[in-house]
Amino acid sequence: MGRKAKYDEVVVPAGPGRKSKKQSDPTFPKGLIVKDASSLSHRQKQRAKKRQLKSKAQKAKSNEPKKKKMKESVIQAAKKDDNETESEESEEVASGDEHEVPEVQMPLANAEDSDASNSDAESEDSDAKDDETEDEDEEEESNLLPIEKANKKLKKKQEKERKLAAEEMQESITHQDIFTFPTAEELANPVSLQDVQQRIRDVIIVLSDFKRLRDKDRARKEYIDLLRTDLCIYFSYNDFLMEKLMQIFPMNELLEYLEASEVQRPMTIRTNSLKTRRRDLAQALINRGVNLDPIGKWTKVGLVVYSSQVPMGATPEYLAGHYILQGASSFLPVIALDPKENERVLDMCSAPGGKSSHIAALMKNTGVLFSNDVNRDRIKAVIGNFHRLGIVNSVICSYDGRKIPSIIKGFDRVLLDAPCTGTGVVAKDPGVKINKDELDVQRCCTLQRELLLAAIDSVNARSDTGGIIVYSTCSILPEENEWIVDYALKKRDVKLVPTGLDFGEEGFTNYRHHRFHPTLKLTRRFYPHTHNMDGFFVAKLKKFSNMVVKQEIVEDDDATSE
Amino acid sequence: MKRLSEERTKLVFEKLTKYIGGNLKLLIDRPDGTYCFREQKEKVYYVSEKILSLASTVAPENLISFGTCFGRFTKSGKFKMHITALHYLAPYAQYKIWLKPSAEQQFLYGHHVAKSGLGRITENTAQYQGVVVFSMNDLPLGFGVAAKSTADCKHADPISTICFHQADIGEYIRSEDTLI
Repeated sequence: MGRKAKYDEVVVPAGPGRKSKKQSDPTFPKGLIVKDASSLSHRQKQRAKKRQLKSKAQKAKSNEPKKKKMKESVIQAAKKDDNETESEESEEVASGDEHEVPEVQMPLANAEDSDASNSDAESEDSDAKDDETEDEDEEEESNLLPIEKANKKLKKKQEKERKLAAEEMQESITHQDIFTFPTAEELANPVSLQDVQQRIRDVIIVLSDFKRLRDKDRARKEYIDLLRTDLCIYFSYNDFLMEKLMQIFPMNELLEYLEASEVQRPMTIRTNSLKTRRRDLAQALINRGVNLDPIGKWTKVGLVVYSSQVPMGATPEYLAGHYILQGASSFLPVIALDPKENERVLDMCSAPGGKSSHIAALMKNTGVLFSNDVNRDRIKAVIGNFHRLGIVNSVICSYDGRKIPSIIKGFDRVLLDAPCTGTGVVAKDPGVKINKDELDVQRCCTLQRELLLAAIDSVNARSDTGGIIVYSTCSILPEENEWIVDYALKKRDVKLVPTGLDFGEEGFTNYRHHRFHPTLKLTRRFYPHTHNMDGFFVAKLKKFSNMVVKQEIVEDDDATSE
Repeated sequence: MKRLSEERTKLVFEKLTKYIGGNLKLLIDRPDGTYCFREQKEKVYYVSEKILSLASTVAPENLISFGTCFGRFTKSGKFKMHITALHYLAPYAQYKIWLKPSAEQQFLYGHHVAKSGLGRITENTAQYQGVVVFSMNDLPLGFGVAAKSTADCKHADPISTICFHQADIGEYIRSEDTLI
């Protein structure tokens, strides 16, 4: 029976153990071993001596009969029909001294043998062996056919060439350290991904110390162009987006970002503080075989799910509204918005309701939360999520966000998570890598500008507690972020305030030829490679006055300056 | 958005009474402000008056939902409760059924509750009484109608139905598009 097996007994195996075993010396096939003359056995030495003596004796003899015989034997072996004329002669000789025939054939066979061994072992031949063969050659040259001589010569020549080639190769390897710019031909021909990756690394090294490592005839732009095309091939981006990314990130960071964008972020959930507490939820989920951890010190409601035996979107806890699946980056704008109880809050682009429900949870179901989204199909998800999570203070409507100020005004806080190109969430939707171009960005920018102005207009600046607008996107392009906020700063009576997020990188104030307002460093950027969350941007604005007159003044200013 | 007519109010209240009995009073007279029932596109919403006044600024064709949706009037004029009402039914429920963990999944897929899955039941539940279904750790899972009284349950065989399924929280996934 199984339970009687003695599992708990520790069996100590006898002997030195598996790891102490030493590998025996390697054995080589016979052909590979080059034998020294000194290592020859006694009998072999004797035989070699005999052979030498014999060959000397043969040399001493006259050449003529020997040649004939060799000729005869070779020809006989190779082509019998050719030697009709000579056959009579040879027959005569053969009959003349029959005893000599086998003895004479010996050196010939010997010569052939040495020849064969030469050709076999040529590649690893040492100089010593070469000398040997040369000696032999000198000895035997005299008794070889012209065709054989030619063959030997050719072989020697080939040998020399091979040596030269090897030397050249060695030389080129030692000089490989410095990257050589590929020619136009090399660029035209497709290469393997590994080669591309190597080239990317090389070019980045060159660019890091351009003065020293550059090719004098090549401009920096050529290197950059090469790098861009290579990155496009390797990570399958389109040229436009890669160019933008190269403008945003320094070279060393760029590669990190691209690699981080290839992998999915970990799954995160947000506890619904209206229905449960994080500790209780974690316990309930651990009981279902979920492996999780708190997301970080910056939030008290987030959990990271490492692995799960059950689908996280279908547990009874999920259905009962104890948590919602939400990316870590989606917490940030709501934390920045910091809604208070009994306020009137607007979420302009709310679907599918993750951030919106977070706002409602922070408001503890008091006050009023307007959740708007222009897309009627997507707003169904908001309805489902709100009812599941037990949110009762909401009004869900479907307007074009730009028209909201004409319908309802006087909000204490507004969250605008603007529609964007999604360049920060490449891991979620790899289609972004290839299907975005200048026009898409431009369209998004225009929409974002209008939405942000609408958001600012719908806020009541005289609110006691608020007057706050939070602008966020899941894009990392400055065109959709800093630029938009900068535009709003010019058009409305708002200023940037600290987001209340103690991590994240500062927003750009200088980007290429743009010089944004210096307070834009109060905005926050988040990247996959530094914060392990999707690329994200958060800006928090405070509205001073409900003046819209200022708009015209600024517009005039703009017009004059332009 | 309009007030419920006399007879529709009666229908809604009758339905609610089936599940929460006299606790209905607590829904109408609340200490934290006035709450009321409103009808929009045949659906009944339960909402605070404060929110209602703000929601009325939104044009009806753009207003998708407000407050909590309790259910809708069917074409034949009956009132049908939605799972979204569970948020208010569960805390005020008078008659409850608790399910064993093994039967939770079955109920969440929309099946009736068999005797074998019954963990606990409120004493003196009458036959055809509206009940709210809980899991053993008091997670509200849905609601239904008792098929047997408490006394009958004790003698019922394991495969006989104890509670007819009406709505369950699995609908949030199964029919998100048609939830309201």
